[in-house]
Amino acid sequence: MIEIKGLTKKYGQFTALDDLNLTLDEGTVFGFVGANGAGKSTTFLIVSTLLQPTSGDVIINGVSVREKPADIRKLIGYMPDFFGVYDQLKADEYLDFYGASYGIPEEDRKKLIPQLLELVNLSHKRDSYVDLLSRGMKQRLCLARCLIHDPKVLILDEPASGLDPRARIEMRDILKTLKGMGKTILISSHILPELAEMCDEIGVIDNGKLIAHGSVAEIQKKLQGEKMITVRLAAQSAEAISFFEEQPFVTSIEKLEGDEGVSFIYRGEEAEQIDMLKQAILNDLPILSFMEHVTNLEDVFMEITKGAD
Amino acid sequence: MNFTNPVLFKELKLRFRSFKGFNGILFFLLAMCIFVFGYIFLTVNLTGTSYFKPSQSFVLFAFLSYIQLGLVLFTAPGLTAGSISSEREKQTLPILLTTSQSSFQIISGKMLSSVAFLLMLIVAGLPVYSLVFLFGGISPGDFVKIFLFLFVTLLAIGSIGVMFSTLIRRTVVSMIATYGMMLFLSVVTGFLFIIVIQMKAFNHMGTPVTSPSYLGQFLASINPAVLFATFLSPELNRSITEMTKINFPIWAGYLIFYGIVTALALFIAVKKLRVNMKRLK
Ligand SMILES: Nc1ncnc2c1ncn2[C@@H]1O[C@H](COP(=O)(O)OP(=O)(O)O)[C@@H](O)[C@H]1O
Ligand SMILES: [Mg+2]
Repeated sequence: MIEIKGLTKKYGQFTALDDLNLTLDEGTVFGFVGANGAGKSTTFLIVSTLLQPTSGDVIINGVSVREKPADIRKLIGYMPDFFGVYDQLKADEYLDFYGASYGIPEEDRKKLIPQLLELVNLSHKRDSYVDLLSRGMKQRLCLARCLIHDPKVLILDEPASGLDPRARIEMRDILKTLKGMGKTILISSHILPELAEMCDEIGVIDNGKLIAHGSVAEIQKKLQGEKMITVRLAAQSAEAISFFEEQPFVTSIEKLEGDEGVSFIYRGEEAEQIDMLKQAILNDLPILSFMEHVTNLEDVFMEITKGAD
Repeated sequence: MNFTNPVLFKELKLRFRSFKGFNGILFFLLAMCIFVFGYIFLTVNLTGTSYFKPSQSFVLFAFLSYIQLGLVLFTAPGLTAGSISSEREKQTLPILLTTSQSSFQIISGKMLSSVAFLLMLIVAGLPVYSLVFLFGGISPGDFVKIFLFLFVTLLAIGSIGVMFSTLIRRTVVSMIATYGMMLFLSVVTGFLFIIVIQMKAFNHMGTPVTSPSYLGQFLASINPAVLFATFLSPELNRSITEMTKINFPIWAGYLIFYGIVTALALFIAVKKLRVNMKRLK
């Protein structure tokens, strides 16, 4: 359905996108995660025919973005991370304008617009001027606009950014509905948990490179065999800290805040972990407790992007 | 080819919704009426006659024509030079460009909405002109010619504005470029014409030059003020021919030049509106 092939974008000397490859099946909801400046918007701009890639191509439904950008525009609905609205235009006129821009006949638009407003919970705002709507409402209206020509693919650049929690939940519910409609959705965010529950697949981008791609479970599994361990000590002992520092498979060691002890990331196997604990006790370290944490998605994400440097 | 134009339709709707459009027309009409009645009142009072002579009516017609020309020259850049760049500044352009409208549709919609508004201003002024007809002194032919060339000028300046608005990111800069171009075409070319003719005349000591001055003819042909002067006093055509030694009608040169300018400016705007996805760096 969507095939991103060797996509590279250079701004002068700076490489914003570096040989990005990605294949997505029809109906997939793909979460594109990466810190600010990672290259998410750049990717989406190219897919939306708004930015010329330095090399590479994107194929949607067998149509090349480079060869047939006009055909791509009919296939996609694009929502930019930052966008403006025309002032002096009412919500239904706003949708009507874009409907006309896609060549949808007037009778069809008349039927379609109330349905779309209903879908994004804006029926009560149809006569309101769009520039006076709240940010969350504008985002939803823009989403309705993306849908007006019934595109197969939705490209949504940080649709939840800048929204309050309530508006976020509303946005998420709408996206779930769209997913139910069988649309292929590409959605970006710099916050992973925001995407985790509604995405089938997640891609992690860092410095223009795709460093991980798979289902949410797969990404999590990637980091299994790695755990966060907290050791509480009866008294702060330099001896204990240096003991753990010297152990193999231990990284990112830190003193606990407001408590005696250390925490670190451990990558060893279970047998090695047993050994380490045995050694610690034999060395008479003042250990009160030894605790494993399941890393949550946010930590996973932090860890993946850190490792890519 | 799809002839419905969503951009044109929306722009016209917005222009008249905001009342700025109506105010503009009202203000313009008012100014024209004050001018016409003021002129009639003054001439009748000062000459002591109790009627308005056709020759005075002609002067009035000439004035009105130049006012209309000034209106076109000074409002066309303002109406068009922000057409694309303001969408870029308001961050509505990317969305517009991802719709399936062709670049030509978008550019022509922007262009036509500005042209239509200015045409409305000009047409709104027609009743005032009819007063001039009432008093005589002008043939309908003069009248049609003036309006045709007002329209040609309007299209040319408008498309230059749309072109700069597409090429230049900031509206302010695009405005400056368009007004600069307009002033060059309507003022600077006039001065250049005089300089070229003078230099030609004094080139050889004493003996008058008989070789044709193509540059001089060109400069005279592209100046809207000169063109309108030849309409109002046709003898000027002969004087220009004497000066440049070229017998080619000014209006024809004007039509050819601004036809090309309009086509070229619109072509560039259409080509540069969207990025070229095909070209490999
Ligand atoms: N027009 C531009 N000129 C130069 N650098 C740019 C331009 N647009 C984006 N960049 C750079 O490209 C990188 C990727 O940007 P972007 O795709 O917007 O990141 P994201 O959306 O993931 O936050 C950033 O480092 C950004 O500074
Ligand atoms: Mg971004």
